[in-house]
Amino acid sequence: MNLTVETFPTLRDAAGAVGDKARYLGGGTLLMRAVNYGDKAVERIVISREVDRSVRSEGQGVRIGAGATMADVLAAGDLTMLHPVARMVGGPAVRNMATVGGNLFAAAPYGDMATAFLALEATVQMADGQSLPIESFLSGRARMRGLVAAVIVPRVDPATFRWKKVSQIKPKGVSMLSIAAVLRGAGRVDEARIAFGSMGPTPLRAKAAEQALRGCAPDAAGIAPALAVCCDGLHPVDDELATAWYRRAVAPVHLKRLLLGVQ
Amino acid sequence: MMAGIPLTFLLNGAEIGVFVDPGANLLDVLRRGAGDLTPKQGCAQGGCGSCTVLIDGAPHLACLTLAQNVAGRRIDTTAALATGPDLHPLQQAFMEGFAAQCGFCTAGMLMAAKALLDRVPDPSRDEVIEAISGNLCRCTGYEPIVDAILTASARMQGRSA
Repeated sequence: MNLTVETFPTLRDAAGAVGDKARYLGGGTLLMRAVNYGDKAVERIVISREVDRSVRSEGQGVRIGAGATMADVLAAGDLTMLHPVARMVGGPAVRNMATVGGNLFAAAPYGDMATAFLALEATVQMADGQSLPIESFLSGRARMRGLVAAVIVPRVDPATFRWKKVSQIKPKGVSMLSIAAVLRGAGRVDEARIAFGSMGPTPLRAKAAEQALRGCAPDAAGIAPALAVCCDGLHPVDDELATAWYRRAVAPVHLKRLLLGVQ
Repeated sequence: MMAGIPLTFLLNGAEIGVFVDPGANLLDVLRRGAGDLTPKQGCAQGGCGSCTVLIDGAPHLACLTLAQNVAGRRIDTTAALATGPDLHPLQQAFMEGFAAQCGFCTAGMLMAAKALLDRVPDPSRDEVIEAISGNLCRCTGYEPIVDAILTASARMQGRSA
């Protein structure tokens, strides 16, 4: 093993050290897995002594430190809306380790929390002070150099937030796909934000479906046009959980159940 | 050969010092460095739970834990569950209820269950299922394991089961 481990006093210092073969260690559920399997792309493990696990109100939202684990999210009274999302990530041991910051970098079929953040239009705060809308962060993720310091989740009426994770294994398994949505309006949809996980290299917004939903009645007939276009712009792949064809075939079914609130 | 990094931590209540390679995971250090063979390596990617240990009382996957990060922390494994010849109530219930067949998942199951009972002494069946949802068993079909954990819980509460 030719690995080295470099420890830095602050996240900002650690951010300066990450690079092509130097990867940041958060909870370890992604990086240690690569290390255990001898991934040649990892030569240096970068650690920060400063780990922000705090959850606190900030402006119109809730700020979650990137080092907060899924268990920390579940313990935060300010984040009850995200509890169903966090609860579906792994078992208790994984939730004690996996961090919010790491989830933003998790490739499909992981990244359920990032999918929820995308529907909620969260803001990603980088260690260098830069702030990015989550959608830009995710689309530029592959080229990203730097570390996430925190995620700011805007406060929304919890009744408008919906979440569904579809797994082949019960009570829980890896996502075959996941959907997070924010739906506003009474009697008709005024605004819809829909994010799909595991339907592309990163969580993606279903923009065509969002547009088709605007002004529609939230019933089976009203949402039908949105369901027809819900996979536009998504790029599911074949993997061991499902084929891309199958994901495209069932995505509208699961979106329909989510929008209509049926199981 | 790269020089090892000195590491000390509490293993089952006793302070232990080992030299670890950079990037070594806690599971390797427990098994090869400390000689505690109770945590098992199943998948080495966080999918099976057979390496579950308690770090400062909370369940963690030893295979995904960078060993250096446990400096000064308390690690508990199945090795210290029994008191002398007396099995822990969880172990006793697992044995009586045929909750182990090949036994490879058992140490991880026991630690996941202990973490639950330490926090929730009288869990519901659903809470037990949730507590072991990160631990795979390919032999038993899980029901005997869930039953055994509930039996142990009842006995530890002084109820018969």
